[in-house]
Amino acid sequence: MPTPTDPEVPVIEFVDVQKSFGDNIVLKDLNFSVRRGERVTLIGPSGSGKTTILRLVMTLEELTGGYIFVDGEPLTHREKDGKRVAVSSKEQKKLRTRIGMVFQQFNLFPNMTVLENIIEAPIYVLGQSKAEATAKAHSLLEQVGLPDKADQHPLSLSGGQQQRVAIARALAMDPEILLLDEVTSALDPEVVGDVLNILRNVADTTNVTMLIVTHEMSFARDVSHKVMMFDGGRVIEEGAPEKIFSDPSHQRTQQFLSAVLGDA
Amino acid sequence: MDWLEQQQQNFESLQNFGPRLWDGFLLTVQLTLLGAALAFVIAVILGLMGGSPKWWLRTPARIIIEFFRGTSLLVQLFWVYYVLPLFGLTLESPFTVGVIALGVNYGAYGAEAVRASMTSVASGQWEATVALSMSWTHKIRRVIFPQAWALMIPSLANLLVHLLKGSAIVYIVGLNDFNFELDQLRRVTSAWFSYAFVGLIGYFAFALALTQGMRLLEIRAKHRLGQGLSMREILSPAPKVPTSGIQPGGAS
Repeated sequence: MPTPTDPEVPVIEFVDVQKSFGDNIVLKDLNFSVRRGERVTLIGPSGSGKTTILRLVMTLEELTGGYIFVDGEPLTHREKDGKRVAVSSKEQKKLRTRIGMVFQQFNLFPNMTVLENIIEAPIYVLGQSKAEATAKAHSLLEQVGLPDKADQHPLSLSGGQQQRVAIARALAMDPEILLLDEVTSALDPEVVGDVLNILRNVADTTNVTMLIVTHEMSFARDVSHKVMMFDGGRVIEEGAPEKIFSDPSHQRTQQFLSAVLGDA
Repeated sequence: MDWLEQQQQNFESLQNFGPRLWDGFLLTVQLTLLGAALAFVIAVILGLMGGSPKWWLRTPARIIIEFFRGTSLLVQLFWVYYVLPLFGLTLESPFTVGVIALGVNYGAYGAEAVRASMTSVASGQWEATVALSMSWTHKIRRVIFPQAWALMIPSLANLLVHLLKGSAIVYIVGLNDFNFELDQLRRVTSAWFSYAFVGLIGYFAFALALTQGMRLLEIRAKHRLGQGLSMREILSPAPKVPTSGIQPGGAS
């Protein structure tokens, strides 16, 4: 279960975050914070660093500079005597178990059944009993509309079904923060709606904090409390979805939205 | 003596040598299987160390791998059998010496196959293990190795046949393996009959059995990952037409 912490402390806080791949600077002096239960969508052209932000929170990428705090605690580095010091792997793991991620390519484990995919980490990482994890997995499969697929092989499922299992797998860890990285980009158009409805349902029924990267603007408008527009590794505009989508103040945002929304 | 008569004599000698040849063949089989078992253990350990992000595990593994790959099996056999005793390390049984030399030599090659196949497991799989906070041992044991296993079998099958052929030089430490017995047979028949006929068939038949065994392992490993047909489907009298291969993590 997520540890209850001070509601005033942001769940995620980026302080002067920098990320570069070699000479290519992806994020520059990025500062933002996400409150508990807040659902934030990151939009912007590809290469603007949105996915990198999710990957930094998931510790899939190394931070080049600055600090990331989760529940007020440093995720990768802390400042000590004016120096940047890496946190211990134990400290990092403690924070990381509060974070879940759903990937564009699902990344289910092909050597396990659907059920085994879902119960693996709850049993071995969180120390749940097999009975407890299995019961939870079945209710999650019900929630994502796949109650009869528990014993199937992941690769025998369609892309949309695989992604729904991946959502169940992430939720089985009871994450405080859920990172959604273009979760519908690899899906056939006709199943995108199903997957988004499941996520809308998760948003409506839980208090999980969500950080979302998506090109589905209507989904972003429906579920998010805040939209952040990225360009060139910086936030150029942020605000409530109604404001950003209907009356963007930045010209770059206007251009981007008219490009992705067509003439809407 | 005409050709036919010569062949009759050859086959008579073969009959007389039969039990010895069979014993030699069995010794070669044992050397190969035990050497391969040791090589596999060494390959997995060195391969995991060599693929570790920690330099103090990676560096010693690299040194050991390069050393045993870079020196010949013959030299290693001499070392284990004749040189180590000079340092007070004597292995009594030439069989043990043979198994160890084959194990470390081919284990070093196998380590590369293990390491390479682990890095070939899709990066999304590694990332999913991070997202689920799995420990290193847990992710390797439960997620990465089972997938890498299917990828490494073809390379291991190659090495296994090499190991079988490599086992033919252990006679230099005094083992009466198949090769040694073939040489005995050659003395009373001919090189052509002994090596190019009996030896060829013996080694080839065993190598074929090994590669087919590995192929079955590969089929099973791939089926477990949801690729290809099951063993039962392949061995059934009316084989199904293979369905189009499903790519791991394939987008629809």
